[in-house]
Amino acid sequence: MSDLSQLLDSDPVVATAGADMLADSIEQQGSNVWRADWRPPHSDAADALARLAADGRMAAANATSIDKMLRVRPHLVDVGVARDVFPEMTDRTFFHAGPPLEWERAGGPMRGAIIGGMLYEGLATNPDDAAAKAARGEVELSPCHHHGAVGPMAGVTTPSMPVAIVQDGAGDGVSYSTLNEGLGKVLRYGAYAPEVVERLQWMSRVLGPVLGAALRSRGPIDLQSLIAQALQMGDDGHNRNRAVTSLFLREIGGALVDGADAPIDQRLDVFKFIDGNDHFMLNLVMAAGKLGSDAAAGTTASSLVTVMARNGTDFGVRLSGTGDEWFTAPAPPVDGLYLGRFTEEDASPDIGDSTITETVGLGGFAMAAAPAIVGFVGGTAAGAVRRTLAMYEITLAEHPAYQIPMLEFRGTPVGIDAARVVRTGVLPQINTGVAGKVPGTGMVGAGLVEAPIECFVDGINALAATVADS
Amino acid sequence: MISRVEVFPGRYHDSVRLMQASKALQEVAGVGDALVAMATELNLNLLADMGFELDGTTSTNDLVLAVRAESEDAIASARVVLDDALSHKAVGSGGLDAPQPKTAGSAAAAGDANIVLLSVPGEHAFVEAMEALETGRHVMIFSDNVPVNQERVLKEYGAKHGLLVMGPDCGTAVVNGLGLGFANAVRPGPVGMVGASGTGIQQMLCLLDDAGVGVRHALGTGSHDLSEDIGAIATLQGLEALDEDPATDVIAVISKPPAAPVAAKVRAAATECTKPVVVTFMGETTLEDGAREVLAELGESAPEYASWAVDLDLHRPGAVRGLFSGGTLRDEARFIAASTLGDIGKDEADAGHSFIDYGDDEYTQGRAHPMIDQTVRIERLRAAASDASIGVILLDVVLGYGANADPAAELAPLIAEAMAAGAAVVVSLCGTRGDPQNRDTQAAALHEAGASVWLSNAAAAREAARLATTGGIA
Repeated sequence: MSDLSQLLDSDPVVATAGADMLADSIEQQGSNVWRADWRPPHSDAADALARLAADGRMAAANATSIDKMLRVRPHLVDVGVARDVFPEMTDRTFFHAGPPLEWERAGGPMRGAIIGGMLYEGLATNPDDAAAKAARGEVELSPCHHHGAVGPMAGVTTPSMPVAIVQDGAGDGVSYSTLNEGLGKVLRYGAYAPEVVERLQWMSRVLGPVLGAALRSRGPIDLQSLIAQALQMGDDGHNRNRAVTSLFLREIGGALVDGADAPIDQRLDVFKFIDGNDHFMLNLVMAAGKLGSDAAAGTTASSLVTVMARNGTDFGVRLSGTGDEWFTAPAPPVDGLYLGRFTEEDASPDIGDSTITETVGLGGFAMAAAPAIVGFVGGTAAGAVRRTLAMYEITLAEHPAYQIPMLEFRGTPVGIDAARVVRTGVLPQINTGVAGKVPGTGMVGAGLVEAPIECFVDGINALAATVADS
Repeated sequence: MISRVEVFPGRYHDSVRLMQASKALQEVAGVGDALVAMATELNLNLLADMGFELDGTTSTNDLVLAVRAESEDAIASARVVLDDALSHKAVGSGGLDAPQPKTAGSAAAAGDANIVLLSVPGEHAFVEAMEALETGRHVMIFSDNVPVNQERVLKEYGAKHGLLVMGPDCGTAVVNGLGLGFANAVRPGPVGMVGASGTGIQQMLCLLDDAGVGVRHALGTGSHDLSEDIGAIATLQGLEALDEDPATDVIAVISKPPAAPVAAKVRAAATECTKPVVVTFMGETTLEDGAREVLAELGESAPEYASWAVDLDLHRPGAVRGLFSGGTLRDEARFIAASTLGDIGKDEADAGHSFIDYGDDEYTQGRAHPMIDQTVRIERLRAAASDASIGVILLDVVLGYGANADPAAELAPLIAEAMAAGAAVVVSLCGTRGDPQNRDTQAAALHEAGASVWLSNAAAAREAARLATTGGIA
C-alpha cells in the first residue's frame, strides 16, 4: 500500500490553528475539530524557531535530554564539609545562587548573606568590615550551579558549611546543597545577626556531622520516593515541604537514635531542629533536582531548560543544547503575600536556585498537588490546578514518579521546552519565598513569579546559532 | 506454574492504587496469584504467606511485583497490564476545563488528530507544519506567503515519511468526504482528485456532482506545487496514493499553469498509473473538458450542466468586465473568452476586456477572501454598472463550506441595478445541491435579479463572450 493509505483510509480527525472559520466549517459537517488558541511566537525568536525546525534535530534531542533528566535516581548518601566536597574551593571562595554576579551588582539579600558568611568564616570582624572587604574583592564569588550545587535564596555556601551529598542511584552523577536553616532571620534571606551566625556554627558543629553519621549507618535515602509520596500529601516541593520533611524524619529517625556516634542531647537537638523546620527538605529536593538537571545538560540541539536560577539581580536560564552559557534578564519582582508589617516595598527582586524545583516538575508546576498553599494563587484550589494545567503546554513530559491525585494521578508537567515558551508566550510559573531588600532583614514573604521571556528568547537564538554552525 | 518476583526500587504508588492494580493482574488469563505492593513489613509477610520468596533486602519505598502464572507469556501479559494500571494516560484536569491548546501540535496531540490544518500567517506556518510532520501527521496549509525553500523542506520531509503536505496556499481539499478549507459538499464516489488549484478542484467537484458522480478524496497540493522549485512533490505523492486506493476508479489531476518540465514529469507519472488519469492543466484545456473526460472514463456522458439562463441580448454595448473570486475560474474564463474576444486584461488598469481575480493577494491585504467578504467585489460591481464602456459583467459565485453564507442576497440588488443600467450580468455559480447555501436557492435568487446563471464556468465565459460580440444595442 501507498505511504498515504493512513490518510485515505481513516476517518479524518483535524486539529486547526488560525482562522476559526475553517474550524467552524469542519464542525458544520458534523466532525470534531481540535482548535489551538494560536498566537504568533515572540517576534525576536521567530527566525530562530524556523531555523531550528528546518534543522530538524530539536525534537529528538529533547527526547534524549528529558529522558536523561527523568532517569536519575537521587539518593541522599552523606553530609560533608564544603571545603572537602569542593576541591576547587579556597578559604575565600563563596558560592552563591543564580548566574554569575559581582559584589557591585549584588542586591540586599545577597550582600547580607555574603556579609554573614564572612562573619561566620571569621573573614571579617563586623558587618561594615565584611562589606568593605567584599567590595575590595577579598572573597571570590562563583555560582553554585558551576559546581554541581544549588542553594536556596542567596544560596551562599562558604567553605566551613555542611553540604548534603546526593548521588545518582542509576548513574554516576552527584549533586550538592547546603542544609536548610529554617525560616525568618536566616543567612539565605540576607540576615547576618549574631543568632544567624550562631545557628550556622551549630549546623557545622552538630547538624552536619550527626546527619552524615546517621546516613552512613542506615544507607542512602531515596529522595525521589519521598518527594513522590509528599506530592500526594499536599506538598509542591518548593513552597510547601512539610510532608516531605516529615517523611524524611521517619526515614532518618531510627539512625539518629542508634546510628550516630554523638551525645544524646546533640542527636535530640538534630531531631528537634528538623522537626521544627517545615522547609528542612527544600535543599535536598533542590539537590535531587540538580542531579536531573545536570544529567540532562549537554545534548546538542536540545531546547530543554536545565537551569532557572536567580541571584537577586539577574534571572538566568541555561539550555541543554547551549552548554554553560547563561541567558539572563533582570530578576522580576515577586507577586507575594507578606509577613507581619512587611510590604512589597520591602521586597528584593526574585532570588535563589530553588527554581531548580520548577525545572524538574515541582514547585509552581506541581501547584495542583498543594491545596494548602493556594493562597498564593488567588486563594482557590481551582486556581492552583489551572496553574499546573497551563504548564503542560510548555513541557516535554509528564513525570513518571511525581503524580497529582487531583489530576487523576497524572504526572506533573516536567522538562521546560524553551522553544514552546517563546512560541506560546506561556511563562514558567514559580513559587518562591521573598527576601527583604535591605541587607540583614531576612524573609519578608512568599509568592509567585513568572520567568522573564527574554531569557528564553536569547536562549533559543543561541541554540539556533549552534545548529546553524554545525 | 512459574513464580516471579521483581523489585522496583523507589517507585512509589499509593496502596489503594496498588490494590486495584493487583486485582487487574489477577484477572489476566493464565495468572494465578498476583500481588503488587510497596515493600512494607505487612506486604512482605503477605508475600511470604502466598509462597513467594524475595531475594535480598528491600526498603518500604520499593515496589514489589509478585506473579504466579502458567507461562512466560502470561507473565509478560501481566507486566503489560501492570504498566497500564499504573500509568496515567487519562488527561486529568481536576474537573476543570483543560486550558485550550496553544499550538497546532498540542491541539493535535489532545485529539490524536491525523491532519493539522493551518491558516496562521505564512511566516509562522513552517514551525507549526514541521511539528505536525515530526509527530506523524498530515498537514494542510491554507496560508500563503510561506517561503518556497520552507515549502520544499516540508514537502521533502513529508514525501520521505509518507505524509502529505497540502499547500501552502491550498484552499480546498476533501479527505474521505470531509471538506477542508473552501470545499463543496459532495457524495463519496469513484473519482479521486489531486491538484494545485483550489477553485479548479471546486469546479470539478461541482460539475461531477451535477452529473451524479461523487468524489471521495480531493487532495489539494497548493498553488506552487507544480512550480520548478517544488517539482510537484505532493501532487506525485497524491497521484500514487490514489492509484493504490481501492475506492478510487478514475483520477483527475488539476493544476494552475504548471512549469513545463514539471508538467512533463506529472504526465509521465500519470501514464505509469494503473488507473485512468485525466490531466487538466489550466492554459492548455478547461475544467469542463476535464470533467467530460473523467465522465467518459466512467462510461458516462457529460450532461447538459445546470443553467438558469436569461436572454440578455438587448444589453448596452461595451467590453466584458470579469469580477472573480477564484483564480482558476478567472484563468479558465479568460482562456475560453480569449478565442472569441482576443486580448483580455488581468488588471483593473487594463482598458477593454479585463478579468480580475479579487482573491489575489493584491486585493486581500487586511481583509477576508472575497468568497467570504464580498465588499470589494460589490464595490467594483457597482462601479462597472455605472461605467458606460462596460457592456457585460461576468461574476463567479463560489458556494460551499467556508464561503459566504448567502452571497446571492448580497449581490442581487447590485445585479438588478446593473441590469437596470443596461449592462448584462452573467454568473458562474460554483456549488452543489448539498452545499450549506444550496446551489438551486442561490441560482434562483441570482436569476430573479436578472442574471444569466451557469453552473459551468466555461459555459458562463462562453455566454459572456458571445454577448460581447453578438449582442448589444446602442
